[in-house]
Amino acid sequence: MREKTKNDLLMLAAGIVIYAVVQSLISIGFIQDYWERNIVYVCINIILATSLNLINGITGQFSIGHAGFMAVGAYVGAIMTVKFGLPLAAGIVAGALGAAVLGFIIGLPTLRLTGDYLAIATLGLGEIIRITILNIPYVGGASGFMGIPKLTNFTWAFFLMLLVLFFIKNFVNSTHGRACISIRENEIAAEAMGIDTTKYKVMAFTLGAAFAGVAGALFSHYTYIAHPASFTFMRSFDILTMVVLGGLGSMSGSIVGAIFFTWVSAFFAEWPEWRMVIYSLLLIVLMLFRPQGLFGNKELSLKMFGRLTGGERRGTTQGN
Amino acid sequence: MDSFLQQFYQQLVNGISLGSIYALIALGYTMVYGIIRLINFAHGDIYMLGAYVAFFATTVLKLSFFPALIAAMVGSAVVGVAIERFAYRPLRNAPKIAVLITAIGVSLFLEYGGMLAVSPQPRTFPALLPTGIYHIGGVVINSYQIIILAVSLILMAILTYIVHRTKIGKAMRAVSFDNDAARLMGIDVDRVISFTFAIGSALAAAAGVLVGIYYNSIDPLMGIMPGLKAFVAAVLGGIGILPGAMLGGVIMGVVEALVSGFISSTFRDAAAFGILILILLFRPSGLLGKNVREKV
Repeated sequence: MREKTKNDLLMLAAGIVIYAVVQSLISIGFIQDYWERNIVYVCINIILATSLNLINGITGQFSIGHAGFMAVGAYVGAIMTVKFGLPLAAGIVAGALGAAVLGFIIGLPTLRLTGDYLAIATLGLGEIIRITILNIPYVGGASGFMGIPKLTNFTWAFFLMLLVLFFIKNFVNSTHGRACISIRENEIAAEAMGIDTTKYKVMAFTLGAAFAGVAGALFSHYTYIAHPASFTFMRSFDILTMVVLGGLGSMSGSIVGAIFFTWVSAFFAEWPEWRMVIYSLLLIVLMLFRPQGLFGNKELSLKMFGRLTGGERRGTTQGN
Repeated sequence: MDSFLQQFYQQLVNGISLGSIYALIALGYTMVYGIIRLINFAHGDIYMLGAYVAFFATTVLKLSFFPALIAAMVGSAVVGVAIERFAYRPLRNAPKIAVLITAIGVSLFLEYGGMLAVSPQPRTFPALLPTGIYHIGGVVINSYQIIILAVSLILMAILTYIVHRTKIGKAMRAVSFDNDAARLMGIDVDRVISFTFAIGSALAAAAGVLVGIYYNSIDPLMGIMPGLKAFVAAVLGGIGILPGAMLGGVIMGVVEALVSGFISSTFRDAAAFGILILILLFRPSGLLGKNVREKV
C-alpha cells in the first residue's frame, strides 16, 4: 500500500515537472501553435487510448465503437457551455456523465455478446449514435455544432489526462480491476470463481465510455466545432490502433501508442494524399511483424529500466 | 391503386434489386468468416476494385458488359487471393485482434491507395446496356433492376452448385466445419482458403459492376458502407450459412429502401445497424442459424 502511494506521488511529481517544462516552453513561444495543438491532441488521445484499453485490453471485451461515446461527450459538453453558458468544468462533467449513462444502457444488453459479434455490435452502436446526432437540428445536424468557445488549453488537457491516468491505474490494481483481468483471461473460470462477470464488464465499459466523454468534451472545446464527421468509425479505428500499437492490456503501451500515432499523423499531414496510404501500410507491417504490439501486455516502469541496466535481480515479484 | 401501396411496392422492387447486390457481397463475407473466422473488412473495397476494373475495361479496352464483368471478377479474385496470401496467412496463429487490425489496414490501403491511383473524384460509369422502363400496375421497373436480379441469381446458383456438388465445395464445407479435422483428412486447407477468397472476391466484384451500371457513378470510397451493410446482412442470415447471406442481403435491401422511402433517407444507415443490434440481442446466431453452445 505504501509503495503504491509512493509510486503515485512519484508519477504526480513527474507529471508536474513535464507540465512545467512544456508550459514554460509554450509561454516563451518556443513551442508554436502547430506543435502546441499536437501536444493537446496527444493528451486527448492518451485519455481515449487508455480508456479503450480498460475495455479492450484489461477486461478483454472487444469494443470498436469508442468514437460514439466521444461524440456524446463532445456534444453534451458543448450544449452545457454554449446553450447554458456553464464553465468548461461543468461541460466536461456533463459530457462524462452523458457518455457514462449511454455506455451503461448500451453495455448492459450488448456485453452478453462475445468476440467478433461484440465488435460489430459496438461498431454499429457507434454509427447509430453518430447518425442520431446527425439528425438532431438542435445541435446543428449535418453541418455540425458551431460556435463552441475555445476553452480547452494545454493545462486542462494535461491535468485531466493525469487524473484519468491515476484513476485507471488505481482501478486496474484494485479488487475490481483484478476481477476485470480475470474476465479477460477466462470468463467462464472467472464466473466459476464467483465473480459477477456482467457487473464488472458493464463497470469497465461504463468507465471507458465516461473517459471517452471527457476526451470528447475537451476535443470539441479545442476545435470550436463538433461535427458528426469527426466521430465516424474511422476515429474508433484510430483509437483502437493506438491501443494495439502499444500492446493490448498495457497502460503505458497505450500512452506510447497514442503519442506515436498522433505524431506520425502530424508528421504526414504535409502529404495528405500519402498519409493514409503510409498509415495503412504501417498498420499492416506492424501487425505482421509484431502482432502483440510494442509492449505486449507488459508495463513500462522504473523497474523495467532498473532491470535493463542490471540494477535489479531478475524474478522479483511483480505484484504490489 | 392506392398511392401508399403503390409506393410500398415500388420501394419493395427497389429494395430487392439493392438487396441482391448486398447478398452478393454478403456471400463473400459469410464464406470467409465461416472458414477462418475473420471479418474481412477489406471485402467492401474488393467490391470497389471490381467496379473500377470494369470501368477501365469498358472505357479503355472498349469491352462490352459481359466481358467487362468477367474481367472484373477475375481481377478481383486475383487481388483477393493475394491479400489473403500476404496479409492474412502469416497471421493464421496470431491473436484475432491482430488479424482484424490487418484487415482494417488492408481496407484503408485499398481505399486511399485507390484514391492515389485513380483520383478521388467520382467517375461516371458508362451505360453499357440498353435502358428500358416498364410499368407494371403502377410500379416502375427499369431494365437494370431486372439485369441486377438476373445476374445475381445466376451467380448464386453457380455458387450453390460449386459448394454442394463439387469436390472443392465439399472441401470448403469440411474446412468451415472443423479446420483441424479437415487437415487430418488430407485436405489442403491453405488452398481451400485461397479458393474461398477467390470466389468471394469475384462475387463482390460482380456486385460492384452491377452497382456501377445501376447508379452510374463510382468512387474509391464507395465500398465502405455497402461492405459494412453486407456484413450486417451476413450476420442477419446467420454467418457462415450461404442461403442466410442471400436472405439477409435481400432483407437489408428491402428495409433500407422502405426506410428511405417512408421515413428519411438519412436514417437509412442507422436502420441497418439497428437491425444488427436487434438480431444480435435476440437471435445472435442469425435467422437461419442454429444455436451453438459455447464450449468450456
